[in-house]
Amino acid sequence: MVAERLPPVIVGAGPAGTRAAETLVHAGLRPIVIDEAPSNGGQIYRRQPSGFTRPGKALYGFEASRAAALFGAFDRLAGSIDHRPNTLVWSIRPGSIGAGLMHLVSSERANALPFDQVIFATGATDRVIPLPGWTLPGVFTLGGAQVALKYQGCAIGQRTAFVGTGPLLYLVAYQYAKAGAKVAAVLDTAPLSAKLRALPGLSANAQATARGLYYLFWLRSRGVPVQLGIHPLAIEGRDGVTAIAWRDPHGGSHATPCDAVAMGYGLRSETQLADLAEVPFAWDALHRQWLPTRDAAGRTPVAGIYLAGDGGGALGADAAELAGERVALALLQDRGAADNGRSHADRIAAINRRLDRYLRFRRGLERAFPFPAHLAGDLADETLLCRCEGITAGEVRRAVREFGAHEINRAKAFSRVGMGRCQGRMCGPAAAEIVAGALGVPIEQAGRLRAQAPVKPLPMAAVLDDAAASARHG
Amino acid sequence: MAERIATEIAIIGGGLAGCSTALHLRQRNVPVVLLERAACGSQASGVNYGGVRQQGRTLVELPIARRSRALWGRMAELVGSDCEFMATGHLKLARNETEMDVLETYAREAAGWGLELQLLGRNALRDRFPWAGDKVIGGSFCTDDGQANPRLVTPAFARRARALGADIREHTTVTAVERGSDGFRIETAAGLEVRARIVVNVAGAWGHEIAAQFGEHVPEEPISPNMCVTEPLPYFLTPNLGVVGADLYMRQIPRGNVIFGGGRGVNDAKAQRARPLPESALASFQRALEVAPNLRGAHIIRFWTGIEGYMPDELPILDRSATTPGLIHAFGFSGHGFQLGPAVGAIVTEMALDGAPSTPIEPFRIGRFASAPSKS
Repeated sequence: MVAERLPPVIVGAGPAGTRAAETLVHAGLRPIVIDEAPSNGGQIYRRQPSGFTRPGKALYGFEASRAAALFGAFDRLAGSIDHRPNTLVWSIRPGSIGAGLMHLVSSERANALPFDQVIFATGATDRVIPLPGWTLPGVFTLGGAQVALKYQGCAIGQRTAFVGTGPLLYLVAYQYAKAGAKVAAVLDTAPLSAKLRALPGLSANAQATARGLYYLFWLRSRGVPVQLGIHPLAIEGRDGVTAIAWRDPHGGSHATPCDAVAMGYGLRSETQLADLAEVPFAWDALHRQWLPTRDAAGRTPVAGIYLAGDGGGALGADAAELAGERVALALLQDRGAADNGRSHADRIAAINRRLDRYLRFRRGLERAFPFPAHLAGDLADETLLCRCEGITAGEVRRAVREFGAHEINRAKAFSRVGMGRCQGRMCGPAAAEIVAGALGVPIEQAGRLRAQAPVKPLPMAAVLDDAAASARHG
Repeated sequence: MAERIATEIAIIGGGLAGCSTALHLRQRNVPVVLLERAACGSQASGVNYGGVRQQGRTLVELPIARRSRALWGRMAELVGSDCEFMATGHLKLARNETEMDVLETYAREAAGWGLELQLLGRNALRDRFPWAGDKVIGGSFCTDDGQANPRLVTPAFARRARALGADIREHTTVTAVERGSDGFRIETAAGLEVRARIVVNVAGAWGHEIAAQFGEHVPEEPISPNMCVTEPLPYFLTPNLGVVGADLYMRQIPRGNVIFGGGRGVNDAKAQRARPLPESALASFQRALEVAPNLRGAHIIRFWTGIEGYMPDELPILDRSATTPGLIHAFGFSGHGFQLGPAVGAIVTEMALDGAPSTPIEPFRIGRFASAPSKS
């Protein structure tokens, strides 16, 4: 008999969250699944609104069957889970004694939810490197550009340039072209030599590598300029985007006319909830990010707090599905589902063997699409770095050099970098490179921006009205 | 190898009081070493609400507050930056007749200490501050008060003190303080040893720990006030705002963010960790909307808190040690330390060098908690 306990909570209904929920339901539990989106799928398999009828193949391409499987799995859980869509977990604190507490808000209500086990499957967002003009209307992240297409069937412009590096650069450009949007150019900061060197590592996932090459050749065969080893200079325009300026590896300058730019340099994990839950962080050189620590099954050192998927280091959707199942098994073990303990451990070990391949592939990707840290570190002083607070790269350097900031939180205190609406989720990685550069230290010594609640801006009225309503009804 | 420094005065704590003491001592060319276990201004001095007000201070604190206000007025000259100090005035609101009586009584009494306050009735207040909600029935305005950016102030004092020759050691944790026949010996975790004739205990919420090492036990409690800030809104609220009962304080900076506080978070003072409690902030949302209903559509973008030392009577310890010659205490500022800090540095400097300070400090004696156990 499992003792009377609070139901497990899963934050995020993407690939990891969905598989975690499925595993818990199969074990006889009824998890609470909280997600910011109206339906499951996460960012990668974002589902179109009801009434939209584009076929999965058009939306997800080669991943259509994966997406369909994930949607099917989630839809079959209806009635077996407590699904809370359109809901943000804006604060959490761990239960040092007794239950922890998380705070939720949705358009309809706000409330506090006690918990004793929670899985964070919070995913990842684009890693951004600012450049002059990046706040012009028409500039999106790669993920944002892809969501516009997947969710609403919209392109971000008539003629879109794609800049940055990473597999998403080619995938989104391909999806745009395939949907009939004009792709002005694909501008990859990673040189060809890096890709060739990466081939042995990439062989860990031959299928994904083959798809990446397919996108590249498909784009080229349709006359889309694909440039490797470029150096982005600026996004040009006054009231909107008119061109992107870049330099080729031989030093030649170019301006590609376009009316929209999608940019991104790989992914960064969403780790704020783990931070608020007091999970210790460690520097991860592969992801070039401070990540919450966890064991081989996804348990963090904080009792009752678990991690799965890209929120603990971005390995992609397929790996996230496996990690979601794995962490749910770990949670079940900790819950004392003793009768299944042995088989859980075996299954966790089997999943870990499979995940190892994704990790090797991820290392290969990092060689093929190395993060161009120098682009962030070398940002010109006058370039806007923190768009929420309007802080330039030079102001951050000044916080270090003139005011003596010895790490990024101190630079934030002095300059306001990362202090605005997004709390540094956009500018944080680049700001860290700038702080490290100004201090003359390796990036891991630049420190880690500490998270504060609310995870995203919290509407005062929504929270208050709900408090008033529960006082009336309670 | 261990480093040894001999100095005249050692300051324990790099908050505003400590950094101001270092600055004032260096203005008189006295050798000084300041030891701070994190970075200067990283606790209450750096994360407080940022109010610079005299209005509402306990009357016996007003002489220090007045003296400090004069220093705030010449901040740019003193530390090289105005630290975003603005004399916007401080408006204290009454939400019922009883609260209005409190304001009237205080205005009468404060006048005797040289603090001029303007009492505003319902209509006068609305003429001047049209954003005020229906619940507000009147207020008291202190033109002379204002607000500043706490993140900038203490580091600016530290930089100027250092430029004047203070030896400021950040990330240096004091592990032992003892007094021998030839003065004090301080050990730090980093192996630094400091010898000094005088020690200034400005360790904030941890000041009582140092006092206890010298047999002086004071009932100081670590408190963590909840604070939060909205996204930028059109600039409507110029004065620093308070209410009778102090269950809400609110200000807006010209870039648009509204900062307000109320209620308390939780802390582990030993681990130097604190966190705001969102649920206790909800009540302050309600109070904020009552006095400024146009905040209704605003989004909160951040909560935070820090650790402040509170005394039972909400007055600081500002005194010479009763047990140990050469030891000066200035801690337990009970939420008033930001405005008072600059003057505290000037006063401690006079205590260390001149004997009696030129500002009265009798109400802040360390021995006033007679019931507290004491070894001496």
